[in-house]
Amino acid sequence: MHLITSTVGRKLLMAVSGLMLVGFITVHLMGNLSVFAGADAINIYAEKLHSLGPLVWVFRLAMLGLFAVHIGFGIQLSMENRRANPESYAIKQKLKTTFAAESMLYTGLVLLAFLIYHLLHFTVQITNPEISAHQLPLDAAMRLDVFSMVVMSFQKVFIALVYIVAMCALFLHLSHGLSSWVQTLGWNNGESQDKVVLIGRLVAVVFGLAYIAIPFLILVRFVK
Amino acid sequence: MILDGKTPTGPIEKTWDKHRFDMKLVNPANKRKFKILMVGTGLAGGAGAASLGELGYNVEAFCYQDSARRAHSIAAQGGINAAKNYPNDGDSIYRLFYDTIKGGDFRAREADVWRLAQVSNNIIDQCVAQGVPFARDYAGYLDNRSFGGAQVSRTFYARGQTGQQLLLGAYSALTRQVKAGTVKLHPRTEMVDLVVVDGVAKGITVRNLITGQLESHWGDAVVLATGGYVNVFYLSTNAMGCSVTAAWKAAKKGAFFANPCYTQIHPTCIPQHGDKQSKLTLMSESLRNDGRCWVPKKKADCDKAPADIPEEDRDYYLERKYPSFGNLAPRDIASRAAKEQCDDERGVGPGKRGVYLDYQTSIDRVGEDTIRERYGNLFEMYEKITAEDAYKRPMRIYPAPHYSMGGLWVDYNCMSNVPGLFVLGEANFSVHGANRLGASALMQGLADGYFVIPNTIANYLAGITPGTVKEDHAEFKKSIEEVDASVNKMLNINGKKTVSELHRELGSVMWEDVGMARSDASLKNALKRIPEIRDEFWNNCNVTGEAGELNQQLENAGRLADFLEFAEVFAKDALHREESCGGHFRTEHQTDDGEAMRDDENFAYVGAWEFKGVGKEPELHKEPLKFENVKLAVRSYK
Amino acid sequence: MNLTLHVWRQKGPQDKGKLETYPAKGVSEDQSFLEMLDDVNEELIKSGKDPIAFDHDCREGICGMCSQVINGKPHGGQERTTVCQLHMREFNDGDELFIEPWRARAFPIHKDLIVDRTALEMVMQAGGYTSCHTGGVADGNALLIPKPVADYAMDAAECIGCGACVASCPNSSAMLYTSAKVSQLAVLPQGKGEAKARVKEMTDAMQNEGFGNCTNHYECQEACPKGISVKFIAKLNREYMKSMA
Repeated sequence: MHLITSTVGRKLLMAVSGLMLVGFITVHLMGNLSVFAGADAINIYAEKLHSLGPLVWVFRLAMLGLFAVHIGFGIQLSMENRRANPESYAIKQKLKTTFAAESMLYTGLVLLAFLIYHLLHFTVQITNPEISAHQLPLDAAMRLDVFSMVVMSFQKVFIALVYIVAMCALFLHLSHGLSSWVQTLGWNNGESQDKVVLIGRLVAVVFGLAYIAIPFLILVRFVK
Repeated sequence: MILDGKTPTGPIEKTWDKHRFDMKLVNPANKRKFKILMVGTGLAGGAGAASLGELGYNVEAFCYQDSARRAHSIAAQGGINAAKNYPNDGDSIYRLFYDTIKGGDFRAREADVWRLAQVSNNIIDQCVAQGVPFARDYAGYLDNRSFGGAQVSRTFYARGQTGQQLLLGAYSALTRQVKAGTVKLHPRTEMVDLVVVDGVAKGITVRNLITGQLESHWGDAVVLATGGYVNVFYLSTNAMGCSVTAAWKAAKKGAFFANPCYTQIHPTCIPQHGDKQSKLTLMSESLRNDGRCWVPKKKADCDKAPADIPEEDRDYYLERKYPSFGNLAPRDIASRAAKEQCDDERGVGPGKRGVYLDYQTSIDRVGEDTIRERYGNLFEMYEKITAEDAYKRPMRIYPAPHYSMGGLWVDYNCMSNVPGLFVLGEANFSVHGANRLGASALMQGLADGYFVIPNTIANYLAGITPGTVKEDHAEFKKSIEEVDASVNKMLNINGKKTVSELHRELGSVMWEDVGMARSDASLKNALKRIPEIRDEFWNNCNVTGEAGELNQQLENAGRLADFLEFAEVFAKDALHREESCGGHFRTEHQTDDGEAMRDDENFAYVGAWEFKGVGKEPELHKEPLKFENVKLAVRSYK
Repeated sequence: MNLTLHVWRQKGPQDKGKLETYPAKGVSEDQSFLEMLDDVNEELIKSGKDPIAFDHDCREGICGMCSQVINGKPHGGQERTTVCQLHMREFNDGDELFIEPWRARAFPIHKDLIVDRTALEMVMQAGGYTSCHTGGVADGNALLIPKPVADYAMDAAECIGCGACVASCPNSSAMLYTSAKVSQLAVLPQGKGEAKARVKEMTDAMQNEGFGNCTNHYECQEACPKGISVKFIAKLNREYMKSMA
C-alpha cells in the first residue's frame, strides 16, 4: 500500500498517529491532574478506568498500535534521512530549524524508554514493588490507593527526576510536533506558518509544565 | 556564389501554409529509423528536441550544462511577442511581420519573418498548455504589455522571468520525451566538431565534460541550437559558457556564417564596475516604459549627486532626439544614443560610462508602490549589484553586448548550405535582420523549435536513407583525431597568460573597435590585433590540467580558440559592409544628425562567409534580399 | 580587502577530499563572489596549481548552476540570492570563509565544488509536466486562470532547480523542489488532470533517488534563493491526500 511505503504517506501517518497520541496524553494529563484534587479524585478516576474491563484492553491495544506506527515509522524515516545525508559540512549554520526539530528521534527514544519504565512502574508495578498500589492498604472507600502510590513514588528524588527529564523530552518533542502536523496535513498557507509554529510551542509549554508539575510539586511536598 | 534561400513564392500570407503542403513527409512507421542530433537545449533546441521526439524520431540532445533547464534562454526577462491582438489595439500578423522587418532595418528575409509572425500565436497557446504561468488579469485572461518600442501591446510575460518560464515549459516537454524514451539526453557534453561525410552532415564529435572523453555520435541530421556569440566581447550579458564553438566548428566544415557583424548592444545593463568584472547584467528593457534616460547637460555636473542637478540642467536625450518614441526608441538607437552622451564626456558613475534612468517622474505620477509592483525584482537586482536604491536615486545604465542577429546561414527550411545541418534560434541568422526587437528572441526560438523544424526536417529526411553512416566511418575517427590533437596542443603550450586574460584582451579589442560604432580605421586595427592575440594564445597561453578529466580551463581555452578565429570574420564582415544598419553602425555612414545611413542599393543582401582556413581570406557569398510586401524605407523613430 | 578561504578540494567522486586554505588578496567590494573565486583561480594557475572547479553559468541568478555552501549557508545566506549574485561587500576584511559543495547522498561530487544533480532531473522526469502535444492545443484564453491562481503558480514556478533546498536540509530531502512543481501544475487547469498521478510519482522518484524525507525543518525555505515557501510542501501534502481519496 502506497501510504506505508511513500515518503509523504509515512509522513502523514506520523502526523496522524502523533496527533492521536497527543489526544491520549491530553486525556491522560487531565486524569493525572486529578491528583491535585486530592486522594479521592484520583482513586475514583483509577477505579473507573479499571471497571471498564475488556475495554481497557481494547484501548491498550489501540495505543500499542499507535505507538508502533509512530515509533516504527519514526525510526525508519530517521534512518533513511541519515542515509540520505552521510557527509557533514565542516561548518553548518541553522537557518530556521530548532534543536527540538533536530532531536525528534532522540527525544522520541527517550520517551519510548520512559514509556517502558512508566508502564513497569505504575501499571505492572515491579520497579518499586514496595510502593505498589496492590501492596498498599486500600483507601477509606476500599479502593486501591493510587494516590498514595503516586505521592510516595514522586517523593523519591530518583523517580521524580526520571519523570521530570522525560517530560522535558516530551516538551521538546511536542514543541516541534505540535506545529509540524499542521504543515503535514497541508494547512499552512504561508502567512499562517509562523503563527502556527508559535502556537504549537506555547501549547507544548503548557503540556510540559502541567506534566512536570505533578512529580515536581510532589517532590517539593506541595502535594502530600 | 549567389545563395538561394528557397523561399516559397506567391502571396506572403500563403507562403508557410503552401510550403507545408509542398514539403515531403516521413511515414510515421519510418520516423523512428531516423536519428536526429540536437545540439543545445535552450528554447529552440529544447522545444525542437521535444517536438521531434514526440513525432517519433529517434532524438539525441546535447547540452554543456548539467541540465537542459539551464540554457541561457532562461535569463530572458521581458516577454514574448505574439500577434494575438487580445487588447484589440490594432495588432495583426501583418503588423508583427511589418514591425519585425522594419525593426530589423530591412535586412531579413520576408517569408521567414512572415512565418514567425504567423506561428507566434500558436506559441502562446502551446506554452499555456504546458502550464507556463503567464501574467493574467483578475478575470483570468492573459495580460499584455507594450515592449521595446512597439506601439501595440503584444508582449506576453511571466513577471520578470519570461525566458525562465518558457524554457521550463520547453524543458518539461523535453523531460516528458526523455521519460518516454524518444529523446536521449547528454548533459555536460560539448560539441567540439561537426562530422561531414561527402558534403553531408552526418554526426558530431563531443567532449564529455566530466570524463574528458571524446565521443562520436552519428545522426541522419544534425540540428544546432547553440545560441549566440556575443561572448566574443568577453563582457556581455550572455552566460559564461555561451560560445561560438558549435557554430564555428560547423563553419570550419563548410557552413556559411551570415551577417556576423549584426550584434545587438542592449541599452539597459548595469554599467561595468571595474576591470575584474566577469560579465554584465542586463535589466529588462521594460524598465524604459517608466524610466527616463538623462545625462547632465554640463560636463562639470557629472560628478554631482543626481538629486543636486536641477531639472533645467538635465538632458533627456532620447526624448529630445526622438520625440515620438522617446525613451522607448529601439535598442540599437537607445544604445548608440547613450554611447554618444558618454563619448561627449557627459556620462556618469565610475569611469563615466553610464547614463541615468530616472523613475522620479513615474513615482510622482503612479506612486512608488505601482513602480515596485512593476519592477520590484529588477530594482532588487540592481541594488544587490550596485548597493544603490533606485527608488531614491536614478539607476545608472550602460549598453552591453546582448544578442547576435547574425549566425549560420540557413535557407527557409532552417537548413544550412551543408545538407543535413539545420540551425535554429539565435544560432541562425534568419529573422531579425540587422536588429532584433524586444521580446522577439523568445518568439523565434520557440517558433523554430516547436513549429518550423518538425515540418522542414521531414522534407529533408524523406529524401535520404536512414542510418547509412555510423560511428565506424573513417570521418568520425578523423574528427576525433583532429580534436584530440588540438586539445593536446592547447595543453602543451605552457605559456604565461591565462585563458581569461587573453579572452579579456580579445574582448577589449572587439568592444573598442567592433562594438557599438565601427569605422574603417577601428576595424582595420581590430583585424591587425585579433591575429596577434590568436598567435599569443597558441604560443603563450597556460592551459592547465589534463585532457581526460573535468577541466574547466580546457573548456574555456577551446571556446576562446574558436572566438579568436571567428572574431576575424566578424570584423571582416563589419569592414565590408559599407553602410550603417541596425546593430551595425559605421561612423562613415551617418546622416548629419548622427542617424544610421543604410545603402539599399549596394547592401540589401545577406553576407554569408565561407571560412577557408586560418590566415586565409574568407569568401563572401551573397543572398539578395527582396522586399515585395514591406516598402524599403528609412527607419525613423523621430 | 583580504580574505582567507578554506575550499573543499576533491579530485573525483572516489577521492576523499579535504579543505585547503588559500588567500584571496585585494578583493574589491564590488566584485561578485564568483569573480573573487575567478581571481583566486588566476593566482592558482600562475603558481602552477590546479584551479578550483565550480559550477556557474549565467551569473545573474537564474540558471541555477551555482552551488556552494559558504560558511555553512547555501549560496552564502543572503536573502533571495544565489552565489553569483552575492557580492563581496557582504564580507569584511580578514574574514575566513569555508566554501563547500552541496552535500547529499543524491548529489555525488564530480570534482571540488561541482556536484552531480541528475537526481533532480529524475524527479522531474517522473511527472513534472503536462502531457500536452506540440500543436493542437486550445487558445491561451480558452481556460481562464484568475490572477491569484496565476500568481500562486508563478510563485512556485520560480524555482531554479539549484538544489540549495537539498543542501540545507538536515535530511537532504528535495521536497521543496518537488513541491514547487507539483503545486504549480496542480492549481492550473492544464495540469489538474494529471495531478493525482504526478504527486505520487514525483515523490516516489524523490525517495528512490536517495533524497531524505521531509520532517518540516523549513531550512529549505530560508536557503532558497528564490524564496519558495514551504506552503508548497503543505500543498503537496494536500495533493497527496487527494490522490489517496
